[in-house]
Amino acid sequence: MSTHAIDVDVLRETGQGIATEEMTLNMGPQHPSTHGVLRFVVKADGEVMRRAIPDIGYLHRSIEKIAEKVGYHGFMPYTDRVDYVSAMQCNQGWAMACEALAGIKVPRRGEYCRVIASEFGRLASHLLSVGATGMDIGAVTPFTHAIREREYINDILEELCGARLTFNYMRIGGCAWDLPPGFVGRATKFLDRFEPLIDEYNELISFNKIYVERLANVAVIPREMAIAYNLVGPNLRGSGVKYDVRKDAPYSVYPEFEFDVPVGTGERGTLGDSYDRYMVRMREMKESCKILRQALAGIPEGPVVAKVPRTFRPPVGEAYVRVEASRGDMGWFVVSDGTAFPYRVHIRTGSFAAMAIIEELSKGLMIADLVAVIATLDIVAPEVDR
Amino acid sequence: MQQFADYLLDEGILAGLPKSLGYALVIAFFAFVLLNFIMLVAGVTSWLERRVWARIQSRVGPNRVGPQGAIQWLADGIKNIMKEDIVPTAADKPLFKAAPYLAMIGFFGAWACVPFGDGLIIADLNVGVLYITAVTGLVVVGILMAGWSSNNKWALLGGMRSAAQIVSYEIPAAIAVNAVIVLTGTLSMQGIIRAQGWAPWNWFLFDNPFTFVAFFIFFVALLAEGNRTPFDLPEAESELVAGAFTEYSGLRSLLFFLVEWGNLYIIGALCTSLFLGGWQTPHFTDNGFVLGLVQFVVFFLKSYFLVFVAMWIRATLPRVRVDQLMSLCWKYLVPISFVNLLGAMLWVVAFPHGFLPARLGMFLFGIMVTIYFLMRVAFHLRRARPEMSWNPIA
Amino acid sequence: MTVAEIHRLLRERLGTIVSDELKPGDWPVCEVRGQSIAEVCAILRDEPGIAFDCLSNLTAVDRKAADTIEVYYHLFSYAHGHRLVLRASTPRPDPILPTVTHLWPIADWLEREAFDLLGVRFTGHPDLRRILMPEDWVGHPLRKDFVEPDEYHGISTRRESLLKL
Repeated sequence: MSTHAIDVDVLRETGQGIATEEMTLNMGPQHPSTHGVLRFVVKADGEVMRRAIPDIGYLHRSIEKIAEKVGYHGFMPYTDRVDYVSAMQCNQGWAMACEALAGIKVPRRGEYCRVIASEFGRLASHLLSVGATGMDIGAVTPFTHAIREREYINDILEELCGARLTFNYMRIGGCAWDLPPGFVGRATKFLDRFEPLIDEYNELISFNKIYVERLANVAVIPREMAIAYNLVGPNLRGSGVKYDVRKDAPYSVYPEFEFDVPVGTGERGTLGDSYDRYMVRMREMKESCKILRQALAGIPEGPVVAKVPRTFRPPVGEAYVRVEASRGDMGWFVVSDGTAFPYRVHIRTGSFAAMAIIEELSKGLMIADLVAVIATLDIVAPEVDR
Repeated sequence: MQQFADYLLDEGILAGLPKSLGYALVIAFFAFVLLNFIMLVAGVTSWLERRVWARIQSRVGPNRVGPQGAIQWLADGIKNIMKEDIVPTAADKPLFKAAPYLAMIGFFGAWACVPFGDGLIIADLNVGVLYITAVTGLVVVGILMAGWSSNNKWALLGGMRSAAQIVSYEIPAAIAVNAVIVLTGTLSMQGIIRAQGWAPWNWFLFDNPFTFVAFFIFFVALLAEGNRTPFDLPEAESELVAGAFTEYSGLRSLLFFLVEWGNLYIIGALCTSLFLGGWQTPHFTDNGFVLGLVQFVVFFLKSYFLVFVAMWIRATLPRVRVDQLMSLCWKYLVPISFVNLLGAMLWVVAFPHGFLPARLGMFLFGIMVTIYFLMRVAFHLRRARPEMSWNPIA
Repeated sequence: MTVAEIHRLLRERLGTIVSDELKPGDWPVCEVRGQSIAEVCAILRDEPGIAFDCLSNLTAVDRKAADTIEVYYHLFSYAHGHRLVLRASTPRPDPILPTVTHLWPIADWLEREAFDLLGVRFTGHPDLRRILMPEDWVGHPLRKDFVEPDEYHGISTRRESLLKL
C-alpha cells in the first residue's frame, strides 16, 4: 500500500502535431466497481489505459500474524475472513493443513459434510461473481436474480452452521455439526429448482449480443501467461488449462464423485478472454450441482469429527495443502514448532495472482474494460490482502 | 397559444393591458403550468421506472410512501431539496452552479413543441422538429459544463462521453426524421400529426418500409441522446461513479435526474408524434373538451408505452463500450439512415399520394411481429413455473 | 521424471549447492544454498523433462532460534504434475536472496510480500517496495521479534484488554 512511490509522470507526445497528456486516474479504494476496497492508479490516454497499477493492502487484517497468536483451533473463525465470499473452502483449507501436520484422518461422513458445505459455498460465490459481472457491464437484472438464489443457499448453510457469511463450520478432524434432520431433502429440492435456472441465466444474459461484445476478445490471457502468473481456478481454466485440484490432486472424497472440469474454448472470441472466464464459472455451477447431488445421495453414516485433543500440538514440521476454492487453488502453508501455536501461516490465494496480472493485462484496454476484467477475474479484495 | 392570448387580451380578463405585457403574462402562466406538469411527469416516471425495474428484477421496489409507493417521487424530491448543496472547493464555481440549469433549459424548451392534443400545444412552430432537435442539444452543453467544472476526472470523462455521444447520435436521429418530413412537407409537429390518421395503418410507422426503419433508428438514437441504457455511458455508475454528476448533490443533482426522466417522456412523445399518429382519435363527438381530453389521454398512453419500452430495455440490456457506441452510430446507423432517406424520397416520387397496399401490408407485418412477440412472452410465462416465487427450502 | 530423479540431476549439475537430503512427502523439500537459488530455479524451469512452469507459492519463515530466515519456493509443473519445495536460508540480520522474478512473473508480488512482512531483500527485483503495509511503516511485522509501535500517525495502537473490562 505504498501510495507515494507511484510517480506522477506526465507524458507528452507529439503524434501528428497534437500534444496529448497522460491522465492519472485514481480508481478506488472507494469506487462502485472495485469489489471491496481495491485501488488502481490508472494511467489513461482519454478512454484508453496505458497501465492500471493495482495498489493493494487496504484490507490487510494481518490474518497470518493473528494465526501465530491464537492457536490452531482458535484460528478457524479467522479463516472465514480470508475470503468471506466463500468462507467454507477457507475453513477446509485450514483444517486440511492442520490434519496434514498431525496426520489426522477425517471420518467419511465428515468429509461428505465438508464437500456438501464447500460446494454450496462455491455455488454462492459463483452466483455472486456472475451476477456482479453483469452488474459491472451495466446489466442490473441478472444480479438480483443471482442474489435471490444465493439467499436460498445462505439459508441452507445457515441450517448447517447457524451463520450466513462467515461459517466457522469445519473443525480440525471434521465438521462442527452433523447435517440437521431433513437437510438432504431440502438441499435436493433446492438443486431441483436451481439447476434449470442456470440455463435461464444463460438465456437472460450470457448470450446477449452486447454482453458478448463487451467480454469476448477482451483481456486475453494466453495459456503460458496464465501459468507463469500462477492464475488458478476458473481464471486458469478459462485460458484452456484443464487443471482442477479436486480432480488432478484430489483431496477429501472428491475422487468418489463424477464431474467434469469445464475449460474455456474461445467460443465467442479468443481462448482465454473474459467471456471464457465467465462461462467457465457458469458451467462450474452445473458441475457443483452434480457433485452435490452425488454427495447428498451417497452420504454415509457415522461420526462427523475425529477425536482431536482440545490443545492441538502437531509435531514439528511444515505442511502445504491446496484446496480448490471458488477462486481456485488456495494454498495453505503451515509451519509447526511443536507448540500449541502455529509458527508461521501463509495463505496463497487466487485473487492475489489475479490482481498481480492486471498491470500487465490492462495495457491498451479501455477504462470500461478494466471493470469487466476485475469482474471476470473475480477479484475479492479480502483474499488479496488477507 | 397565440389565439388564446389574443382572446384574453381582446375580451378576456387581460383586456386593456398593453399587448406585450399581456403576452408575457400568458407565456409565464403557461410556462408555470408546463413546468409543474413536467415535474409531475418526471416524478411519476421515476417512481414507475423503479417499480417496473423491481418487477423485472423480482424485487418489490418502493411501496411505502402512498398507495403502492406512488408518491415516493415526492418524498425523494423533498429529501433532495433539503440536502446540503455541496460545491467542491476546486470546482469552477459559476460554471458548476450554472450547469444544471442549462441542462434544464435545454430540456424544458423542448416541451414547448410537444403536441398533447389538437390545440394542446404551447407553440406550434413551423420548424417544430428542427427546434426540438436544436434545443435538446443544449442539454449536452449543461452536462459537458458539469463534467468540466467539477474538477473531477471521472466527471470529465463522463462529460466528454456525453458530448461525443449526443452530438454523434443527433445525426442519425435528424436524418431518420427526414424520412417523415419528405412525406409531410412540413416541420410543424401538428402538421405531421394531422398528416396521419387515427388508424394504425395511417400512421407513418406503417406508411412505407422506409419510415418503418426510420422509426427504429430514431428510437435508438433518441435513447442514446437521452443517455439511456444501453447507451448510459455518461453516468455509467460501475465505471465512472456517476459520470458528469459525480460531484453534484441536493437540488442540483435532482435537476439532472429530472432532465433524465423528463427526457424519457420527450423520447416517447417525439416518436409518438412523428410515427405513431400522435393524438389522432376518431372524431366521435363534437364536444371539444371531451375530444381534447381523449386526445390527450391517447397521446399520453402512446408515449408512455414507449417510455415503458425504454425502461424495459434498461432493465434488460448491458451497457455498450464507448468505441462500440461510436461504431454503432457511425458505421451502422448513419449509413442506414442515409440510404433510408434516399429510399423514402424515391417512395414519395413513386407514390405521391401514398400507397394503400403497402400501408396495409406493413401494418399486417407489424401485427405479425406483435403476435410473434406475444407468443414468446406467453411461452416464457408458461415456462416460468409457479414455484418460482416460492422458497424451495422452507 | 520423478522428484528423486530431479533431485539427483540437480546434484549432478550443481554439486553441493543442493543438499543431498530430500525430505519426502506430498511436497518434497530440498535445501538449496540461498545465493544460488535463481540458478537452481532457472534449471528447474527450463529443463524440458522437469519444466516447473509455475511458482505455486513463495514465502518466508523467520527461524529466530537458528538466526536465519528461510524462504520456501513451492514449485509445481502443469506439464508433468510434479512438485518440489526449495528451501533457501539467509542470515537473519541481513537477509538477501537473488530474485526469481525473471523466471516467474508472479514472484514479483510474492517477493514484495516477503520483503514487506519479513524484510527479505531480493536483489535484482525490479520494484521492491512494501505491498501490504503502509509505505512509512517501520519494521517487518511477521518477524518474531517485531514489536508493534505504540502509535501510528498519532493513532494509538494500545487499548485495554477486553478481559479486564
